[in-house]
Amino acid sequence: MAEAAIKSGCRHFFGYPITPQTEVAAYMAKRMPKIGGTYLQAESEIAAINMVLGAASAGVRVMTSSSSPGISLKTEGISYIAGSDLPCLIINVQRGGPGLGGIQPSQADYWQATRATGHGDFHILVFAPSTIQEMVDLVYTAYDKADEYRMPAMILADGMLGQMMEPVEFPEKEADQKIEKPWATTGHQNKRAHNIVNSLYLDPNELEQKVVERFKRYERIKEKEPLAEEYLVDDADIVLVSFGATSRIVKSAVNSARAMGIKAGMIRPITLWPFPEKAIQKAADTVSCFMSVEMSMGQMVDDVRLAVNGKKPVYFFGRTGGIIPSPAEVLEQIQKTMGGAK
Amino acid sequence: MALKNFLLAGFGGQGILFSGKVIAYSGLMDGKEVSWLPSYGPEMRGGTANCSVCISDEPIGSPLVLSPDVLMAMNLQSFDKFIDSVAPGGVAVIDCTLIDKKSSRTDITAIYVPATALASENDLQGLANIILIGAILKHTGFADFEAVKKAIDKCVPPKKRHLIEANLRAIELGMQYE
Repeated sequence: MAEAAIKSGCRHFFGYPITPQTEVAAYMAKRMPKIGGTYLQAESEIAAINMVLGAASAGVRVMTSSSSPGISLKTEGISYIAGSDLPCLIINVQRGGPGLGGIQPSQADYWQATRATGHGDFHILVFAPSTIQEMVDLVYTAYDKADEYRMPAMILADGMLGQMMEPVEFPEKEADQKIEKPWATTGHQNKRAHNIVNSLYLDPNELEQKVVERFKRYERIKEKEPLAEEYLVDDADIVLVSFGATSRIVKSAVNSARAMGIKAGMIRPITLWPFPEKAIQKAADTVSCFMSVEMSMGQMVDDVRLAVNGKKPVYFFGRTGGIIPSPAEVLEQIQKTMGGAK
Repeated sequence: MALKNFLLAGFGGQGILFSGKVIAYSGLMDGKEVSWLPSYGPEMRGGTANCSVCISDEPIGSPLVLSPDVLMAMNLQSFDKFIDSVAPGGVAVIDCTLIDKKSSRTDITAIYVPATALASENDLQGLANIILIGAILKHTGFADFEAVKKAIDKCVPPKKRHLIEANLRAIELGMQYE
């Protein structure tokens, strides 16, 4: 993930160590000085995210990474970055919560990532990889989309993806950053009016206009950018909805269910915001029910229900606190649900 | 290849995660899909450590191994916790210097190797884990021996290059143990 960020053109990393994401920071500490970049371990998460705000205003590709409790600390800064219309990349390698919680994998920051990465009316782009290869690929996408829409992007991973190893292939070319940033505060040299990056608007009319403009952009993003993988959905009776590492367990369970003659399928949101509503809506016409499977007490299930809009029943199964559900457990839930539905 | 899911378990400090890396890289060298997933506590040494490794011809679904085809156990707690989870027909390789217990299961092959004792007798302290990998290789043929050699070359960090030869000796020792 760190190498992908570097290949995407990221030369500035500000972070603060926390398990289970310290590997990202450790890698950056080793690599950045060798390629003329900046690696800085800040005195706290809050300092780190404000350094990101500063670097982003200068128009450079910048990144910070943390894990759940650290992201909570960063939310003030993320809101400022969104309010200043600045692009950046934030990695959250989720662990069990609330509070200090634990250090095992979790997906219980879904609400935080999609609803509340800070105060005020705003969204950030949220990408949820399920393999190490996809984590690499989505870093490129996240930087490009963040630049295109001038907003923060987050890779929402979990302790399982954060610690596991799989072979990856990097795209041949270094990313070319095509998007111009005429707004960046790079020094006007008396050749243009000076740029101001700011999130403070004391005139409510002006602030309302700013926010409304931003939401028009969000509408375009919701139209153009949702990503989802569909697996055996076409003839499915039950569709499981699952993201990130959990989706791999669900896929194994779907395969076992198929082998037993249960027509199961899976929709895996790759973008959590914008949520791939249309993929769910389309499936709602043909399937008999949905089940959201998450490493939480049930958070994404809200978005599934909103998309299904009462057309079909939506069930939930999850484990939390750092427990990873097993394929057998998920299969048992599928059997129970389908037994009940018939 | 039928045996593809590995679970390696023991104390932190025994080289459990490293063993997993060697197995995963061996699969990679053989051109397979692989995954390596560690699970460990906040302690550096003495806590529990275990590691799931999958080697497959197909892309890997769940990387979490709950019913291993191959179990490597390096302490009693791990033996007690995981021996019943081994898939029928699977192989359990057990360090019998550290685990004074036998499996009563008849549907798996249990191999007892006094790896820790063998390591100290042969001046290979700290390489009991690699001796066990040699035993696993012998009984499962999970990878080509050449691939395992390349994997060791890949996994041993630059500062410890002088230990490669010892690692290879440990593998051979494990392969020779009857």
